[in-house]
This record gives sequence, structure tokens and C-alpha cells, in this order.
Amino acid sequence: MIEVRGLTKRYRSTLAVDDLTFEVRPGVVTGFLGPNGAGKSTTMRMVLDLDRPDAGEVRIDGRPYRDHARPMRTVGALLDAKWVHPNRSARRHLQWMAAATGLPATRADEVLELVGLTAVAGKRAGTFSLGMAQRLGIAGALLGDPPVLMFDEPVNGLDPEGIRWIRTLMQGLAAEGRTVFVSSHLLSEMALTATELVVIGRGRLISHGPTAAFVDGASGSSVLVRSPAITDLVPVVQAAGFGVTPDPSGGARVTGASTEQIGELAAAAGIVLHELTQVRGSLEEAFMQITGGDVEFTAGGPPPRPPVPGAPAPGPAGTHRSEVQR
Amino acid sequence: MSAVAAERIKLMSTRSPWWTSAVAVVIVIGLTAVVVATWSPADGSVPFAVSGYFATFGMVVVMVMATVSVTSEYRFGTIRTTFQAVPNRTAALLAKAAVVVPVAGVVGLLAGFGSWGVAWLISPTSMSLSTGAEWRVVAGIALVWAVGAVIALAVGVLVRQTAGAVTLLLVWVLLVENLIGLIPRVGADIQSWLPFVNATNFLTGGGGDAGAVPSMSTMHFGPWGSLAWFAGVAVVLMAIALAVANRRDA
Repeated sequence: MIEVRGLTKRYRSTLAVDDLTFEVRPGVVTGFLGPNGAGKSTTMRMVLDLDRPDAGEVRIDGRPYRDHARPMRTVGALLDAKWVHPNRSARRHLQWMAAATGLPATRADEVLELVGLTAVAGKRAGTFSLGMAQRLGIAGALLGDPPVLMFDEPVNGLDPEGIRWIRTLMQGLAAEGRTVFVSSHLLSEMALTATELVVIGRGRLISHGPTAAFVDGASGSSVLVRSPAITDLVPVVQAAGFGVTPDPSGGARVTGASTEQIGELAAAAGIVLHELTQVRGSLEEAFMQITGGDVEFTAGGPPPRPPVPGAPAPGPAGTHRSEVQR
Repeated sequence: MSAVAAERIKLMSTRSPWWTSAVAVVIVIGLTAVVVATWSPADGSVPFAVSGYFATFGMVVVMVMATVSVTSEYRFGTIRTTFQAVPNRTAALLAKAAVVVPVAGVVGLLAGFGSWGVAWLISPTSMSLSTGAEWRVVAGIALVWAVGAVIALAVGVLVRQTAGAVTLLLVWVLLVENLIGLIPRVGADIQSWLPFVNATNFLTGGGGDAGAVPSMSTMHFGPWGSLAWFAGVAVVLMAIALAVANRRDA
């Protein structure tokens, strides 16, 4: 059980984490979702007492992290797979961690076996691929056989097999009754892994509840429709009770409708369609909807410039169009 | 204690501490051997302090080993794993000191007795080890290097970057403390308070022609007072480093 109460962290002028309150319960995988720069890693570092909060507190199984005598036996964490000395072997890396938390050196070999790194235990960690490094990090998290586990973006950069392995592992750990808290910026990944979701944007809590509910809300999807007779179509669609907003492409976006419904409406009115596309809201769009643009996109790039005449208009960022044109 | 055991594994499980320690010993012994071997009767008899001439040289190498044991943890992020395992940062960093400082002392002991031994082999008559001052030159290197390691660890914790910490230590030990003596009138007086000048005063001060720093006559302390002052500076620096490490984000 992780309890976060009023957690706040300020870096000079930016508020990285803003009065965050939530609970992570045992027995299920809880996803920690937010775009890059939302404050997920900062929050996790504060859970581990690595960063000092400006306000608020975190309790793990009822006590602050530093009040646990052997904290690695209570909380196992993988925050960054690159946190290893490249010239130290995987086995020695785990052995010093085991020693630091009062476990026998043989425990290192047990967890290496568990993550399937026995064959490379003596190799320098610097030679590991990202997938192997990730496994080594997970071995470190499992070292103390802790009831609480925390993973920061564990599937980033992994191949499909590695992703599936981690997903299965996390669900298995939760099924054993452990508290599993895992962050990601990908809603699609969290939808597959997590039962509960804690969603943050710009350091603030956006939603906290079952994953299914959030996914439904987030993909309260819309239909993009283009037609040479768009001005005739819009009143027809509105008359059927759907909301319509103009789309930058010159078409219209209909919310709350399916492509079937719009297609039938258009056919009934005898209107030609050039495009009819189900637009599934991305996580970023969901954030936009829920928070009214309260999202900090750290990926950045220069601010949007006025469109160059003649150049194709860029599509809306972060939108995935499924191919349901007819 | 488990934190100390972890630090011992960390220090021993990469090659660079072994290499730097070996280099420190070899440099001191090798250069002493060269000096004693090329000494001709025309130069007079070999001064006993020759055994400690290159102590500073080796100490700088050991200090680099000590400071890198901290800065490499910041470089590779393992310091966070360390603090995860031992959230009491004072305890975690003192555990590191409890490993690195004795290692520096043992390496100093090897260098001290090694350089005396090689000088004694070449020129047995002038290198007989008997007086307290002579013992200080030979065995004292261990104490000086141990204290130097404390300073290096503190600098590593404060600076957190290898290049910065190493540069700072080299410039401080090899340049600043020597060149400050060039300032007219006040230079020598300032110099007599500087920690590494005092370390040298402990090794070779009051022991006859020791080839010591030019301003040795103006020292405020005797040899053991100098060592205490040197150690005091190290303790104060370490206390500051621990306070800073506890306050800031890892």
C-alpha cells in the first residue's frame, strides 16, 4: 500500500508535482499515467525519499520510506535501468545491493535466475542491451522480495517479447497480493496492464479509478467526416442530436456518433462522402479534453508557426486514425 | 554492518580502484628508487626523508581513487540505489568512508614502507629506521593518505562530477598550496595554515633536512599538531558534505 498525501515538489519556478493525493492498493497493478514531464518520475523519487518534497508526505505500508529498517525489503523499485556501474558485473551489482539490505549474496543468483540472466551474470553490466539492463533492474527490484513494487516506464524501448514478459511479470506479482505501481506515458500500454489508473498532468491529479472507466472516457471518440456538401451534412447530423465541430482539414468532427450512424444519415440525405473516419482519442487528446490544455508537452520543438501557403496542413498531433473509410 | 559490506563489494568489484592504488604505490617506490640510485657521494649522504619525497605524488593518486568512488556513483546513478538501500545518507556515506579511508591508509603503508625498503636496499647506511621522526616519514604516509582520502570523499560528495572533483583536488594540492607562498609578506603565513602544507610538515617537518616546503620555519604547529590540524580540516569538510548531501535531492 502506497499512500500519497498532498505531495508537492517545486523546481525553481516550475511546480513539478502539485498537491498530489492518491492511494495504490495491493493485489492489482496500478498504472501511473501521464505525458512526459507530468511529474511521474519525480513522484516516484519522492516515494523513495530520494527527492525531498516541498509539502506533503508518502507512506508505504503506514510508514515513511526512511522509517523502514530495511526499505528494500518493503519497496522494490526500478526507476532507471541505466543506474548500474558499467564496469561491474551483473552478479556483483546485485551482490552489493543484497549486502546493503542485509541479504546473503546467494540471493543475487536467485533473482538473476528469476529474470533469466544467469548466463550473463558475470558479464559487465555496461555490455547489456536495453532489454537485459531492464531485466537486471527488475532483478534488483525483486531482490528483497518486497510487498511493494514500483517501476518507472519499464517497457520503454523494449521489443514486443520483452514488453509481454514485463506485463506478465507485473500481473503475476499483483496476483501474489503485492502492490504494483507502474508508470507509463502510453495509454494503450496501461490499458493492457493496469487494473487501476492514477492519471496526472502537469503534476496534478487528473483522475484516479478503474482503467476501463478512464479508457472509455478517453476514447469518447469522434468521427471525422469530409464531404463536398459539408454545409448540407452538418445540419442533418446536428438534427440527429450529435455535436459537430469544424476540423482543420475542412471537414467536420462529430462526437458521440459511430461511422455507421453518420454513413446512414448521409445516405438517407443523399450526400456524397469523401471520408468517414473513426478518430480514436489519444491519451494526449484525452488530457486536452479533461484538463482543457493543462498539459505540458516537454517534447516541445518550436512554437507553431503560421502555415506556409501551399504546404500540406499538418494533421492534429497525437491522433491515430483507424482505417474505417468507406 | 551491512552498508559497509556493500561499500566493500562496490570498491573491490571494479578495476579502477585496484589500478589507482597500485599506481600510487609504484610511483612512490619507483621515484624513490631512482633518486637513491642516482645519488652520488658528491651530493653528500642520502637524507632519510627521501623516503617521503614523493608521498604527495602518490597521495594525489589515492585521493583521485577516493573521490571517484563517490563521483562515479553520481555519474552512473548508483548513488540513488545506495540511498534506496540506506535512506540515512549520513550512514550510507560514512560507510563508504569506512571502506575507502582504511584502503587509502593501507596503500599509504605499502608506499611508505616500500619506498623506505627500496632506499634501504640501495643505501642501507643512511636509511636505518630508528628515531621517531624517521618512523613518522615512513609510517606517517598511511595517516596522511587516509586523511587525504577523507578530504577527497568530501569533495566528491560536494562536487558530484568526476572531472570537476579531480581537477579541484589536483589544483588545490599541487598548485594552490604551493603557489600561495609566492604572495609577498602574507603568503608564507597563509601557507602555514593550509591543510596539505601541514600534512607535509607532519611527515618531514622537524626531522632535519627533509626537503620540505620553503616556509617550514614559519609553521604554527609541530608535526603532530600539523596532523591534527590537517585531520580537523578533513572532518569539517566531511561534515559540510554530509549536511549538503542530506539536504539536496539525490
